[in-house]
Amino acid sequence: MRHALLIAARDLRERARDRTAYVLAIVLPLGLAGVFTLILGNISGDSQLFTYAVADADRGVVARAFTDDVLRKAAASGAIALRTVSSEQEARTLVDDGTATAAFLLPAGLTEDVQAGRAARIEVVGNVDAPTGTDVARSLAQAYTDRLGAVRTAVAATVHSGVSTPPAELAAAAAAVLPQAVVDEDTTGRRQLDAKTQYAAGMAVFFLFFAVQPGVTGLLDERRNGTLARLLAAPVRRSSILTGKLLTSVVVGVVSMTVLVVASSLLMGARWGHPAGVAALVLSGVLAATGAMAVVAAIAKTSEQAGGWQAIVAIVLGALGGAFFPVTQAGGVLEKLSLLAPHRWFLRGLADLAGGGVAAVLPSVAAMTAFAAVTGAIALLLFRKVVRP
Amino acid sequence: MTVLSCSGLRRRFDDVVAVDDVSFTIAEGETYGLLGPNGAGKTTTISMITGVLERDAGEVFVDGIAMSTHAIAAKRLVGYVPQELALYPDLTGRENLRFFANLYGAGRERVDHVLDVVGLTERAGDLAREYSGGMKRRLNVAIGLLHEPRLLVLDEPTAGVDPQSRNQIIENVRELAAQGMAILYTTHYMEEAERLCDRVGVIDSGHLIAEGTRRELVERLGERDRISLLLDGDLGHATAVLGAIANVRGVAPHGQGLELVVDDARECLPAVLAAISTNGVVVRSVEVTEPNLETVFLHLTGKALRE
Repeated sequence: MRHALLIAARDLRERARDRTAYVLAIVLPLGLAGVFTLILGNISGDSQLFTYAVADADRGVVARAFTDDVLRKAAASGAIALRTVSSEQEARTLVDDGTATAAFLLPAGLTEDVQAGRAARIEVVGNVDAPTGTDVARSLAQAYTDRLGAVRTAVAATVHSGVSTPPAELAAAAAAVLPQAVVDEDTTGRRQLDAKTQYAAGMAVFFLFFAVQPGVTGLLDERRNGTLARLLAAPVRRSSILTGKLLTSVVVGVVSMTVLVVASSLLMGARWGHPAGVAALVLSGVLAATGAMAVVAAIAKTSEQAGGWQAIVAIVLGALGGAFFPVTQAGGVLEKLSLLAPHRWFLRGLADLAGGGVAAVLPSVAAMTAFAAVTGAIALLLFRKVVRP
Repeated sequence: MTVLSCSGLRRRFDDVVAVDDVSFTIAEGETYGLLGPNGAGKTTTISMITGVLERDAGEVFVDGIAMSTHAIAAKRLVGYVPQELALYPDLTGRENLRFFANLYGAGRERVDHVLDVVGLTERAGDLAREYSGGMKRRLNVAIGLLHEPRLLVLDEPTAGVDPQSRNQIIENVRELAAQGMAILYTTHYMEEAERLCDRVGVIDSGHLIAEGTRRELVERLGERDRISLLLDGDLGHATAVLGAIANVRGVAPHGQGLELVVDDARECLPAVLAAISTNGVVVRSVEVTEPNLETVFLHLTGKALRE
């Protein structure tokens, strides 16, 4: 182990003199996270991002249920700001002058239409400069009207089936279903990262895969420079040479992630969560990144070739794992494939940590550690050919 | 006392047998030159001796320790100076040395010592990438000396260096041999081999085809020293007088003079000149030709050493 430490220490000393290493491991991820937060943070944060006006011309029970139990609950959770106005015209004015992101226009006769079995219509007027906020408003209205339709169908079916449920009970049951659906169904709300932390973590784990490269490709550099022969001629076990190289990657990865966690917390206000949980995620993430990059390096013939392939693998895994955008929302095959990327587990672990205790990170830590074990074992097997006598 | 003993070394790369049945020994304080054209198997042989490359067959003993069974212990006794500049360019000269000193368990005082030996003390704090080619070569050699090895293996240590650095390296090697270190040396420069090596082995196509001192190799090939004399006077009388001198194997007319085939030109020359001057013949010029390793090499391999 002493020789492995000596080799790692030498690598680290050389890396410390390479300015590009700092750019890749610290400056770029921090800078990009900052830029993403500035550009995109306002559409995905956890504060009042959208201001909605609501004009209730109906004043019936259906309109009140939407206003009080859907919109006001959303406002109470901090997701939106709500402004009740007296007329459609006033609502449109607020949208036009940019005061409101969008307006809900609840037409007169809305309740009557629902009770008569006609389709419910809620009009949404959006600001052309705020497409995302308008989409969110449409979704809220659509979810409510869909649920109204579903309840209406269920009640009609019950009545036609001849079940002798008193109408009052049916009405109460239907009312109980209506309003909670849109907001309270989102139980993962508390397990989401705020925008700053999301982007800081996404960029950190993405660039982590670049930061650990030099250690694992160091063996190829040693071969190119002729120093590998010198190491092989020294009274050093070949396993110590491999261990030293992997150790270099792990140390660089842990240091760069630690700097990023601290810096993004201080400079950007990112909230990573409990230090113990973050430490477990960082360490397992670094091991996973080292394993993945080591496999590529072991397959490559030269460090230049390895660098090219490592960049491709890092970008693909990063995109797949949600480092840039939440792939999990895509669902389907893409979501399943994302489970192969350590990035996905790292970000999920942080989200779990935000919504639970330190133990909540264990599934993610286990997944990344397993990834590291498999890739590390493959890399060691492949690397043996490089140091084989 | 034998420091290096290798026997029956063999290594194949796919279908190519790079080294086949190579055996030789090097004694304490002896400098052994391994000569051969490019691709002859020199570096493969050295790689097997230093433990960098596994052997398909054969064994290497360093001070009686087998490389096959006690590689770590055997490697501690070997200093290796590879043909390539095996340095870390972004470390200083001193940091390069300290790293390898730590690997070999050599003390820090050895770092200062070898810096002094190779004349790099004043530039020890500079990054290796800032060194001249000659300085890099000297640092390359210094790393091999750090742990005071019993056997120093130098693979083309002077390739592409300036005359000053080359002379310094050669002087270093001579001093180390004088201190009792066994040295295995490969070079493309025949004059270096002749200046440094007590014995040479000629390797070609993976086989050690000849081995011995320069004189032994020359004599084995039937080559002898020649002394050419440009004379004024009675050449017939001179032929008779010179032919009677010990170690003169033959005398033949050569232009306006004579050519003598002798055992050792440097030893014979005083006697030859004395015999002629006392017999009234005037010597206008003298030319001594000694068969060298280049001649031997060309004869054995059919190639010049630099091919």
